[in-house]
Amino acid sequence: MQEISLHILDIAQNSIRAGAKLIEITVTENLKEDVFSFTVKDDGCGMDEELLKKVTDPFVTTRTTRRVGLGIPLLIAGAEATGGNVKIKSKVGVGTEICATYSHSHIDRQPLGDIASCMMSVISMNPDIDFIYTHFYEQKSFTLETRELKAVLGDVKLSEPSVALWVKEYVNENLTEIYGGAS
Amino acid sequence: MKSIAELEAIKKKVLDNVNLRKEREDGIRVVVGMATCGIAAGARPVMTALLEEVSKRNLGNVVVEQTGCIGICRLEPIVEVFVPGEEKVTYVKMSADKVAKIVTEHIVNGNPVVDYTIGKAEN
Ligand SMILES: Nc1ncnc2c1ncn2[C@@H]1O[C@H](COP(=O)(O)OP(=O)(O)OP(=O)(O)O)[C@@H](O)[C@H]1O
Ligand SMILES: [Mg+2]
Repeated sequence: MQEISLHILDIAQNSIRAGAKLIEITVTENLKEDVFSFTVKDDGCGMDEELLKKVTDPFVTTRTTRRVGLGIPLLIAGAEATGGNVKIKSKVGVGTEICATYSHSHIDRQPLGDIASCMMSVISMNPDIDFIYTHFYEQKSFTLETRELKAVLGDVKLSEPSVALWVKEYVNENLTEIYGGAS
Repeated sequence: MKSIAELEAIKKKVLDNVNLRKEREDGIRVVVGMATCGIAAGARPVMTALLEEVSKRNLGNVVVEQTGCIGICRLEPIVEVFVPGEEKVTYVKMSADKVAKIVTEHIVNGNPVVDYTIGKAEN
């Protein structure tokens, strides 16, 4: 995986498969403390203790199309390569929270990459799930809540391609803003 | 700077285009595999290119969707095209570059791009 945003997209797919109704994605960049982290929190089916213990091992999956699960092991490898880690909390019937932490300045930290396209993709492909995306950069932050968008859109779905592309640009512009303005 | 108010204008455009909404209901489905294998192989730019092309050409009869692992990871990114009344066409090792051609030749003109299909890749 070449970008952290692709891990975010991928970890969110687990939440989607778990039947989540609300998925909260939070990215935090704190240069002073040299932290880059992201959290994906869902209200999906959750995992029991036995599965939770196993998912950090490669090759654990409940999918039926193939015998190995790659998402979480790849995420762990990327975070640990920078001296960081991945923490997973989960409860059956309540939901799951996965937090990956990296050293921001570490040479092996993958770039964030095109997070706007990732948000567009998860949001537009899953118009019935609510997403809250918050991005902190130093003192500044930006939040996108799909419930607010739906309130404006009414009968028009977030999966409408013109709406999807708006979401992407909206995220990009707001990120430019929190990263310090004019790019 | 974009504001949420802009969505009003986009919404109005979509709602005004009644045909566009009606056609979507039993139109063509384009499905992108979005499991880890697909994402790692480059499914995201393919998805973005599809949405851009469908929006740019105002194709009212096309819906872009995602699915999980299609089960042939080494051929990802995979895109399946379902045209009502026709057999499914599976495109493999997709890239954003290939999207325009598939949209023009297959989705608009009805001729699958055989070179990009699974049959071709397996031979
Ligand atoms: N948010 C979640 N809610 C419930 N179960 C989860 C969640 N995330 C992961 N799991 C469980 O952990 C397993 C392993 O996840 P992992 O992402 O590593 O692999 P996968 O999703 O099965 O396959 P891949 O990611 O390669 O497409 C999943 O199959 C699922 O059973
Ligand atoms: Mg996964």
